[in-house]
Amino acid sequence: MANYSIQELMIVAAAREIRDGEVIFVGMRLPITAYGVARLTHAPNAVGLFECGIARYAPADGMLYTMSDPPNQENAAWTSGLVPVMSQLQRGRVDAGFIGGAEIDRYGNINTSYIGDFGNPEVKLPGSGGAADIAAMSKRLLAIMNHEKRRLVERVDYVTSPGYLNGGTGRTEAGIAGGPAAVITDRAILRPHGDDHELHLASVHPEHTAEEVREHTGWNLKDMPGMAETPPPSREELDALHAIDKDGFWRS
Amino acid sequence: MPDKLVSLSDAIAKHVVDGASVVTGANLEADIPFAATYEIIRQGIKGLNLIAPISDASADMLIGAGCCAEVTGAWVGNVSGGLGHNYRRAFEKNEPHGIMVHDYSNFSLGMALMAGAYGMPYAPTRSILGSDILKSNPNFIQTENPFHAGEKVVLVAPIIPDVAILPVQRADTAGNHHHWGSTGVTREAALAAEKIILLADEIVEPQVILSDPSRVMVPGYLVTAVCHVPAGVHPAPMTGRWRRDSNFFNDYHARSRTRDGFLEWLDDWVLNVPDHAAYLKKLGGALDDLKVKRSAPAAETNFAAA
Repeated sequence: MANYSIQELMIVAAAREIRDGEVIFVGMRLPITAYGVARLTHAPNAVGLFECGIARYAPADGMLYTMSDPPNQENAAWTSGLVPVMSQLQRGRVDAGFIGGAEIDRYGNINTSYIGDFGNPEVKLPGSGGAADIAAMSKRLLAIMNHEKRRLVERVDYVTSPGYLNGGTGRTEAGIAGGPAAVITDRAILRPHGDDHELHLASVHPEHTAEEVREHTGWNLKDMPGMAETPPPSREELDALHAIDKDGFWRS
Repeated sequence: MPDKLVSLSDAIAKHVVDGASVVTGANLEADIPFAATYEIIRQGIKGLNLIAPISDASADMLIGAGCCAEVTGAWVGNVSGGLGHNYRRAFEKNEPHGIMVHDYSNFSLGMALMAGAYGMPYAPTRSILGSDILKSNPNFIQTENPFHAGEKVVLVAPIIPDVAILPVQRADTAGNHHHWGSTGVTREAALAAEKIILLADEIVEPQVILSDPSRVMVPGYLVTAVCHVPAGVHPAPMTGRWRRDSNFFNDYHARSRTRDGFLEWLDDWVLNVPDHAAYLKKLGGALDDLKVKRSAPAAETNFAAA
């Protein structure tokens, strides 16, 4: 039995995507803790941005159910507005941004808007939030998803947040740079590979197998060269996580 | 200075008319004017266009109560629970009736309000490129940057709301106010809207506001009505005043799972509660637990002229 939960592994995997000194669009839920873990371990000079209008250095002291909660305001580097903070993306000053999603496809396009035809949808999902902006304008997009066949699909019904669109030069043709760098799921980590930027299997989490990951993926998922096991959280990473997540919200 | 202090029910009755476009949450998860949401429901106002990047459960309540015809937003749902059940029922079963959603992202909605605020004919952005929001919302036009041949840009149409309902920590009775903490699109919404209804957590003397003009969102002459509504944001948080009531949000999400459950919740917390004072009384000790108790004041700021 592992001494960490799958959510904790995902948080640590997300934290490892943050490099020291980078400006990170943090967003909500799990990446909030990932940012804190990165700051307390390998990235003490990272800066966190939150679309409600906040920039932070040190992670918030206290549980954040949302990015706008009081602990995220106290001792913030900047409490401003959405337009000034999100304009950092448009100005090209955001190294990486996190988003979640209901559906992602082989080129990393993410749908959080409509299942079915948008004119007559089967399900209307909550929508973009800041995801479309973060996907279009951060240098590296980091997506966090539950790994289910109905979520990792050949082609999304609606592109809320652009990945590599139709692959290849799709993003450049659409007029945007950057693109997905990693998709962190509860089974594996996928990364784009090759000239067409199709998502490949980069690493499989401990206690999971490549076969199982493929079974739960809606396209013919290929291995990336050097595909390996996701390193489990280190003692130092878990200590940092527990220092932030004092109530054990992510442990269960 | 003009006295604009009125009761919340009078302000809503006078300024939020059937079919109005109303900013019901400009500061994302914080400062959502739930007290106004409840009053709109009590008064049975219909056909509203709710404008908010995120308005948490507020939009879901207004949809379920039949007050909302359109949502102009980036994310509609219950932040704690995910997809709002009333939102889903409105889409899937036209219950209580269908609604129209105008798809935005957070930034593009901010840009639309910014264009409205500054009287710009449109706002250009690099966002939304590559997104199907371009196809599902006709308020975006993709074109070429006239200053840079071959570069794609998106033009965002301005939004000028009829009314913005904006909670602030403190205000005087003329509508001059202080707001602190992150602001979301509050300033853009305030400058764009035809009317502003201020929900003041506390009413203070004018000199308190004049002592720190840097903390003013927009000056009071732009404000239409001031309502004294302590904890008017409950269950949402307000910096320095109120923590988020996660249990309340979770309870709403669980009880609104069925239409009948939602109607019972609505009776319980809105329709059988005559006004905000009765709502606070019903919350009782839970409200005291949510109060921010520690003090972390900002450093003194000197505005002396000489």
